[in-house]
Amino acid sequence: MLSVERLTKRFGGLAANEDVSFEVGRGEIIGLIGPNGAGKTTVFNSLAGFFPPSSGQIRLDGQPVAGLPPERMAALGVARTFQIVRIFKSMTVLENVMVGAMLHHRAVPAAIGKAREALRFTGLDRRAGDPASQLTVAEQKRLEVTRALACEPRLLLLDETMAGLTQNEVQEAVELVKRIQARGIACVVVEHVMEGIMPIADRMVVLERGRVIANGPPRAIAEDPVVVAAYLGEEYRAPGP
Amino acid sequence: MSRAAAGRAVGLAALVLAAVFPLVVRSATWQNTVILMLMVAQLGVAWNILGGYAGQVSLGHAVFFGTGAYVSTLLALRFGITPWVGMFAGAGVSAALAVVIGWPCFRLKGHYFAMATIAVGEIVQAVVNGWELLGGAVGLSLPLQNTGFWFMVFNRSKLPYHYIALGLLLFTLGVNWLVTRSHVGYYLRAIKDEPDAARSLGVSLTRYKLYAIALSSGLAAMGGTLYAQKELLIDPGSTLSTSLSIKMSLVAIMGGVGTLAGPVIGAVLLTTIEEASRLGFGGTGRGTDMVVYGLLIVVIAVYQPAGVLGWVKQRFPPKAAPAAPGPGGAR
Repeated sequence: MLSVERLTKRFGGLAANEDVSFEVGRGEIIGLIGPNGAGKTTVFNSLAGFFPPSSGQIRLDGQPVAGLPPERMAALGVARTFQIVRIFKSMTVLENVMVGAMLHHRAVPAAIGKAREALRFTGLDRRAGDPASQLTVAEQKRLEVTRALACEPRLLLLDETMAGLTQNEVQEAVELVKRIQARGIACVVVEHVMEGIMPIADRMVVLERGRVIANGPPRAIAEDPVVVAAYLGEEYRAPGP
Repeated sequence: MSRAAAGRAVGLAALVLAAVFPLVVRSATWQNTVILMLMVAQLGVAWNILGGYAGQVSLGHAVFFGTGAYVSTLLALRFGITPWVGMFAGAGVSAALAVVIGWPCFRLKGHYFAMATIAVGEIVQAVVNGWELLGGAVGLSLPLQNTGFWFMVFNRSKLPYHYIALGLLLFTLGVNWLVTRSHVGYYLRAIKDEPDAARSLGVSLTRYKLYAIALSSGLAAMGGTLYAQKELLIDPGSTLSTSLSIKMSLVAIMGGVGTLAGPVIGAVLLTTIEEASRLGFGGTGRGTDMVVYGLLIVVIAVYQPAGVLGWVKQRFPPKAAPAAPGPGGAR
């Protein structure tokens, strides 16, 4: 559904991404990992339309979309969350989600209906009437996911949704991502929390210094000596036979 | 009584008070002060759509006010077109001008946008000062002989102006209310809170900021037409000055930005303070208004950035919600 073809992004002389290529199938969960500064967020921002790539192409169902602004990407079915949460603080939880729902449902009553549906799906419906600024960090992250889902995306980009969460909250987030996948929505997940992404990813794309160094199922990735050397460390190597 | 119900009751009482005031109080000075209040309130509400809801602080809104005043006056003088039509023509020209000004200025953010609008305001004032067609620095005056409803000129009593100003204020509040009840209102608030997040949800920043400035400027222009008809003399100093732009923003900021009633409350307070200081200083000090503005801005910025309504909301929360975040529901 999404194909990233030799994506390169340079900031001045620095190549944050070089020749990055990977594919995302319908309803697939792709884990995008790599050490700090590997260029994960840059890939992410290019996919979401925040950075126009220096070269390369991004195709959504075959249609070239590289360089389109975020609002067009959203309309084409690509929604995202932010590493540092960006909820609308002056609004209630429901209103936050309504802004997302309005992408396809302009009328307020319809947007309210869609927003409530999305809130029920993510389990935030009890908080619908509360000011968004009163939510806990975990709830704020969940609100961002809810808001993105209200855009009715085909592809959801999740940027470190699990960072800074407790063990239980990570489990809840993992459950949520699985249920999103069950709806047929593909997810690209940038994540540092390995126990969050390893069990659910269909494939992992590993970046180092802006390049893809490995691409495959989580188990193979965890055993790949190149990846282990670059990033994971011994503790994530699968136990031997 | 809930806070929303209390708000409606206060609003209704204010409306009744505004409607009967000139019938009860016959003093021309007082009547004039209240008309001023209504006009300033209307401008504040118009400004608030862009500056309050969308968070794009314009300090050049006098340009739009002046556009309304000059367009309707020119149409009346040259072509004998009634200001009732001129008012809407002015709004249209002003909205178009706003889009032309907004297009480049919206590339700037925050303080830089505000500074650019000050510059635009000063440039327009300088241009009109030297523009023969618009009467230059002397300005334009409307003839006093064509009186009556059709010409929107009333010389026997100020009463009609009072009701036109009240009607225009209600119209502007109505437009503002409709905006807050549509997706545009939600999008503007989203843009103010987190522009990048808004974009990621499909909101085009440029398009919705342009909607806001077009609407805001059109409504301000209608206020300009009313001013021209009431004073029958317009010049760059009275219709295009930066202090007028500041006044529009100040009433909204005082009362509470991004709220329906905020600018109205601010206008009542500011006009009262101005009149009081005028009486106090004997009406000689031309600069006292600026001193008052400056002092108010400092006091609001330091003690109550959310304005009067923000203070009311703090004092009377909507329901018995806990002041601190609840015991983390999802944990």
